[in-house]
Amino acid sequence: MATGGLGQLMSIELGHFALILAFAIATVSAVVGLALWRANGRAAAYLQQSAILQFLLVAAAFAAVAQAFATSDFSLALAFNHSHSAQPLLFRITGVWGNHEGSILLWVLILVAMGAAVAAFGRNLPRDLLALVLAIQSLLTAAFAGFALFTSNPFARLAPAPFEGRDLNPILQDIGLALHPPLLYIGYVGFSVCFSFAIAALISGRIDAAWARWVRPWTLLSWTFLTLGIAMGSYWAYYELGWGGWWFWDPVENASFMPWLAGTALLHSALVMEKRNALKIWTVFLAIITFSLSLLGTFLVRSGILTSVHTFASDPTCGLVILAILAIVIGGAFLLFALRAGSLRAGGLFAPVSREGALILNNLLLATATAAVLVGTLYPLLLDALTGRSISVGAPFFELTFGSIMAPLLVILPFGPFLAWKRGDLVAVAQRLALAAGLALFATILVFALRGVGISLVPVGLLLGFWVAFGALADLADRAKLLRVDLATSFRRLFGLPRTAWATAIAHFGLGVAVLGIVATSAWEVELVTTMKPGDIGRISGYSVLFDGIAHSEGPNFTSDAGRFTIIAPNGETRIALPERRIYAASGMPTTEAAIETYGFSQVYLQLGEPGADGGTVVRVWHKPFITLIWLGALLMAFAGLLSLSYRRLRVGAPQPARHSTAAAE
Amino acid sequence: MKRLALALGVVLALAAPSLAVNPDEVLGDAALEARARAISADLRCLVCQNQSIDDSDADLARDLRIIVRERLVAGDSDTQVKQYLVDRYGEFVLLNPVMGPHTVLLWLAAPVMLAIGIIAVWMAARRRRRAEPVAEMPPTAAELEALRDLEDSGR
Repeated sequence: MATGGLGQLMSIELGHFALILAFAIATVSAVVGLALWRANGRAAAYLQQSAILQFLLVAAAFAAVAQAFATSDFSLALAFNHSHSAQPLLFRITGVWGNHEGSILLWVLILVAMGAAVAAFGRNLPRDLLALVLAIQSLLTAAFAGFALFTSNPFARLAPAPFEGRDLNPILQDIGLALHPPLLYIGYVGFSVCFSFAIAALISGRIDAAWARWVRPWTLLSWTFLTLGIAMGSYWAYYELGWGGWWFWDPVENASFMPWLAGTALLHSALVMEKRNALKIWTVFLAIITFSLSLLGTFLVRSGILTSVHTFASDPTCGLVILAILAIVIGGAFLLFALRAGSLRAGGLFAPVSREGALILNNLLLATATAAVLVGTLYPLLLDALTGRSISVGAPFFELTFGSIMAPLLVILPFGPFLAWKRGDLVAVAQRLALAAGLALFATILVFALRGVGISLVPVGLLLGFWVAFGALADLADRAKLLRVDLATSFRRLFGLPRTAWATAIAHFGLGVAVLGIVATSAWEVELVTTMKPGDIGRISGYSVLFDGIAHSEGPNFTSDAGRFTIIAPNGETRIALPERRIYAASGMPTTEAAIETYGFSQVYLQLGEPGADGGTVVRVWHKPFITLIWLGALLMAFAGLLSLSYRRLRVGAPQPARHSTAAAE
Repeated sequence: MKRLALALGVVLALAAPSLAVNPDEVLGDAALEARARAISADLRCLVCQNQSIDDSDADLARDLRIIVRERLVAGDSDTQVKQYLVDRYGEFVLLNPVMGPHTVLLWLAAPVMLAIGIIAVWMAARRRRRAEPVAEMPPTAAELEALRDLEDSGR
């Protein structure tokens, strides 16, 4: 460590310098790019190099901070405040973004990585469009790198360096922190590329189907990662926060959900634009909205307006500066939109009953759902600010409003992929979907026959879930001409389908699966709250839970009381479950670690409560039927996104090579 | 065994999942307890971060849960129980905001936006149709089939 000391001192300051340099280069690039984008490709070549350089510099800055965390160099104030030398290496490194300054640095790192990716993969783009896109990315980089440098600098030092750090929030000492924020941020920040393309289209006044093809991979990439990030966050909350909920309609969750909803709408409207050259203005609008909601999410979480596990204590100036950036970026974008949208000409015509019509309906409902979540999230803040009246807008409100917007969307969803572009035949589509509808009804009735009938919204939810899932399968079956031609031909057709057809079906199927999981677990979850002494048995949904006792143990930076339980499943299978109560040494903070056992798609969730007065321990056990379908559905959706992204003809983007590959493939 | 039977709390359809109810709080009357759980899921734990009192293990949440059960045992209706808490803690305690002059925008925002969207789409479609009507001849079933094949072959 003696020689390492000087080396680290150097690298932290070098990292700081690299971030300053990145900020300067980004500022110059933004100005040069916006001034000279028409200038015959020279600007584009410069901006490409600049984008890659910005990435390398921010990566160096990030690496410097990460190294200080990894080696427990507490001369870095950030490491002192959010790390501890006894933490395992993984949590020392993930601790880099387990705080305000570090997470902003990660945000900037992903932003410049996206810019560099555009520069590297953008060779097919017209030079002036590429220059504009990179200039706008640079502008965003300048804004956020500046924000990091001037109001939340991660490089502040302490002298003399303390011997030990203050520890990372124990709830964050989890593999979830390694995955959730990076996935979510790739999603959030990826939409900045769509935003930059939209602004570039508005400035240059040129937008066509090719534009939609160029934007498509970025939308898909961002949407896929946002899907994964939200699902991961949901599962993390489910197992870590210890009350077994997986979605709370918390403002911070809503902040990530709104860009997802808007991004889903964007994905679909860009499809119309790509195939039919219609919905251009709306698509540009959605691209701006989606990234604006990502920024709003960053603002809500980082400003300290909201209190939650996500908001690390930060001073109010940070919030004001983010609000200013937000106002300039969003306000500027919409001003440009208002001024220039008229210059974008409308494209192809279509009848109301058509694929386009269905996708417009999709967009209408998704946009309304986004608006409902936005209003519900901001309303209490605004009402309090304007009138001083405090109200709460919680889960019951969102379930009602969001649910009643989603229900019609799920009803119409299976029709969409069946309808022809331009003019569809609803009767013919209904005939083709009759079997799927019949199966969905049959499955719902079957479930209710097995589970017992009650009067509630549950059968409606189940019917919708089955309908969407079977509708997606029916789409594949229909495209393969199943039962209409011989089986071998059907299979050949099925595997010869373009990946986009598969992706559509898989994503829609995944949505149906997630809906089924949500409905089933909400409807049939069973809970057992009891005080147990060693030797006691609790019974829940056919499972017997035998309490063996509590064992004390020492972790690397915590002490743990682990309850030992034997779970006997209805089929006689026995498993050991070890839920824990932990006390983290550095902070003295208690946490509970639930034990979760998965049986098929269902889970038994065990949580160890406080010791009772009479020597017993409070134990909470849940049986959560089909709960894993929720995340499985999300994984299917993300997989579909990657599948579509891997489709070469669309990834290449430019229309000319596409024709060659078609010719080669046929 | 008696304690076990007493402690058996069952969450009914669509109630929020929960953690914090302790065995000693649970009411003997299962129907009353079910009502208490449903009411609790709609009440905010005032000192927590967006948690219902049913989910929270804070002391205040525990006190509120006990109040809810006391009122139910005393014979209050669900509405009366909620009103009792609103009188003491203000509207902030309700996770599902009441409809009133100050929340009318909140409740009407989504339906109004949907209506505006539908009208805008309808007007845009009408304007376009008038400008350039789509060919009147609908495609035949065979043509639609051919189109779908063409789409699958990747065009």
